[in-house]
Amino acid sequence: MPIAHTPTAVPVIVDEAKCIADKGCTVCVDVCPLDVLRISDLTGKAYMKYDECWYCMPCETDCPTGAVTVNIPYLLR
Amino acid sequence: MDEIKSGLAEVVCDVLVIGGGTAGPMAAYKAKRHSPEARIVLLEKANVKRSGAIAMGMDGLNNAVVPGYATPEQYTKEITIANDGICDQAPVFKYASRCFEIIQELDGFGIKFQKNENGDFDVKKVHHLGSYVLPMPNGDTVKKALYRQLRREKVLISNRYMATRLLTGRDGQIAGAIAVNTRSAEFLVLRAKTVILCAGAAGRLGLPQSGYLWSTYENATNSGDGYAMAYHAGAALANLECYQINPLIKDYNGPACAYVAGPFGAYTTNSEGNRFIECDYWSGQMMQEFYNELQSGKGPVFLKLNHLHSETIGKIEAVLHHVERPTRGRFHENRGTNYRERMIEMHISEIGFCSGHSASGVYVDEFARTTVSGLYAAGDMASVPHNYMLGAFTNGAVAGEHAAEVATNIDLVDYDTADVVREQQRVLAATRREDGIPPNQLEYKTRRFVNDYLQPPKVTAKMKLGQARFAEIREDMENAMIVRDAHELMRSLEAASILDCAEMAASASLFRTESRWGLYHHRVEYPEKNDDDWFCHSILRKRDGRMIAEKRPVAPYIVPIDESERSAYDRQRIRRHA
Ligand SMILES: Cc1cc2nc3c(=O)[nH]c(=O)nc-3n(C[C@H](O)[C@H](O)[C@H](O)COP(=O)(O)OP(=O)(O)OC[C@H]3O[C@@H](n4cnc5c(N)ncnc54)[C@H](O)[C@@H]3O)c2cc1C
Ligand code: SF4
Ligand code: SF4
Repeated sequence: MPIAHTPTAVPVIVDEAKCIADKGCTVCVDVCPLDVLRISDLTGKAYMKYDECWYCMPCETDCPTGAVTVNIPYLLR
Repeated sequence: MDEIKSGLAEVVCDVLVIGGGTAGPMAAYKAKRHSPEARIVLLEKANVKRSGAIAMGMDGLNNAVVPGYATPEQYTKEITIANDGICDQAPVFKYASRCFEIIQELDGFGIKFQKNENGDFDVKKVHHLGSYVLPMPNGDTVKKALYRQLRREKVLISNRYMATRLLTGRDGQIAGAIAVNTRSAEFLVLRAKTVILCAGAAGRLGLPQSGYLWSTYENATNSGDGYAMAYHAGAALANLECYQINPLIKDYNGPACAYVAGPFGAYTTNSEGNRFIECDYWSGQMMQEFYNELQSGKGPVFLKLNHLHSETIGKIEAVLHHVERPTRGRFHENRGTNYRERMIEMHISEIGFCSGHSASGVYVDEFARTTVSGLYAAGDMASVPHNYMLGAFTNGAVAGEHAAEVATNIDLVDYDTADVVREQQRVLAATRREDGIPPNQLEYKTRRFVNDYLQPPKVTAKMKLGQARFAEIREDMENAMIVRDAHELMRSLEAASILDCAEMAASASLFRTESRWGLYHHRVEYPEKNDDDWFCHSILRKRDGRMIAEKRPVAPYIVPIDESERSAYDRQRIRRHA
């Protein structure tokens, strides 16, 4: 059974201009209870890798530069 | 990150605490205070800094027994009645007697509790009979305050390790646990003299109506791993048919929250704007009335605040939009719901297991001991009913102290290395396939069938069909699941816990042939409460590889309940309206 990928609009958005992951910050990745954020190898910035979000907000609250915005996942918006 | 690596390390400690949400940090802290020389390990699937139900703090204590407002006897009585009499009172009484000391200790950590002009704790009435709700003005700081204490006491914290199975010795006593790193799939064997399970509720059992797997009431990391691990280690689990079902903001699926807004004058209404329940305290009996109203044609049900003064609403917003579930404000904004103008549409949550809110948990006594020697449980997953956050803290403390004391007097127990090999094979099987079904589909299907077949009103034929579907999913999980990275591996193990819990929910619900706890266990073919045959706990456990159910007597009450008081929680519906 081959596996297909279904697109989803992820709820958590990172403002790349503000994100300082390239200076070593990993705070949002560290605190997320669902472990769904990662630093991109391509851009060197944080992003939501897995759409498995409890819209709880530690990522946004703890980000030192205010780069993260948590939106309500579309299915329940 | 996330690629699957092979690795197996071993760690030795005195006390192992699994789950660093609410009960876990307190258990580890108290164990370390009791035995400063001991090695205390706190293992957490996420990161202790921001994990568990209280990841973003809490707005208040739901069940504080504060001198001057209530006595341990009164509280024990209220919880016994709220839980329809099926209650071993000793652990509830122990909690009620110790929780004030824990409040003072938390206060010392810097977590503030609301005081009135006289400097006394400002306890609010939300329950049916007594006053137990204590607001926390800086409730957003709870996690930070706990974390500071853990660092100070030098508790060893292992984040991003998911415990998958407990290890037991030849005589069934606890020997430790096996865990998997959620970002590398490397294994860790933790040998311990005593183990405390604090892995929270089984919050990912039913499927939220939005269809989004993660829009659960509970922190979605709580997939019932603690229940599954206790079951596979042979521990008894109590009253799992007494589901957790909560009245929540429709779609958002978080609390509205009547406990915060109620004391300011908010209340639950039907679509005609009329009250229909006496009391907003969450109980199965209250949920039954909530369900009846939704079905009656007078639904939907709402939380009404729009009669309150704008300033009062501002105060409520300042709490609801900043702690606990702070995205509430964003949800309402998207829908154009201003509390000043519109009522908040409410709905019934999916089902789960949780003693924090109802009474479905791993059986424990007043020392938080399970039926497995050396294994403890505290918080939402332990059987002390209506335990909430302060229950998690207090019983976590009880467990930590007792487990540390026991650990000073015993040696490590040897485990069978074959058990570790078997567990590695179970965990990694899906990583060795070239193609197959990914865990998210197995989880979705399990949870959809939980809704279709196990949700109350409970019907025998439906629950049996559910069991047949779960067996098919298990076949697929064991023979056709595919996992491609370490993160997905964690999800696959969670899916397995969820399936275990679904099977337990079906078995426990079929076993109890009566109705009890209002909506939580409403069995259509047995609509009445039957005290003659069912005034007892129902117990599930694994014996010789099979799930068995049995009755266990309710321990004789230490706080007597008058015949006339027993049905207080059955009278939820407002009379003139009924
Ligand atoms: C939205 C919400 C609002 C609430 N509001 C209130 C309130 O206002 N007042 C009140 O008194 N109570 C409230 N409660 C209840 C209270 O928060 C809980 O009863 C209490 O926090 C439960 O504590 P716990 O330690 O059992 O679980 P949690 O705090 O949820 O901790 C469980 C921990 O176990 C970890 N874990 C799970 N599985 C594993 C595994 N396999 N290996 C390692 N770690 C694992 C999880 O990551 C988590 O950190 C609320 C609960 C929720 C969800
Ligand atoms: S916390 Fe903020 S700055 Fe740090 S990595 Fe995340 S988005 Fe970037
Ligand atoms: S809102 Fe919560 S679950 Fe979602 S990315 Fe942020 S921390 Fe993770």
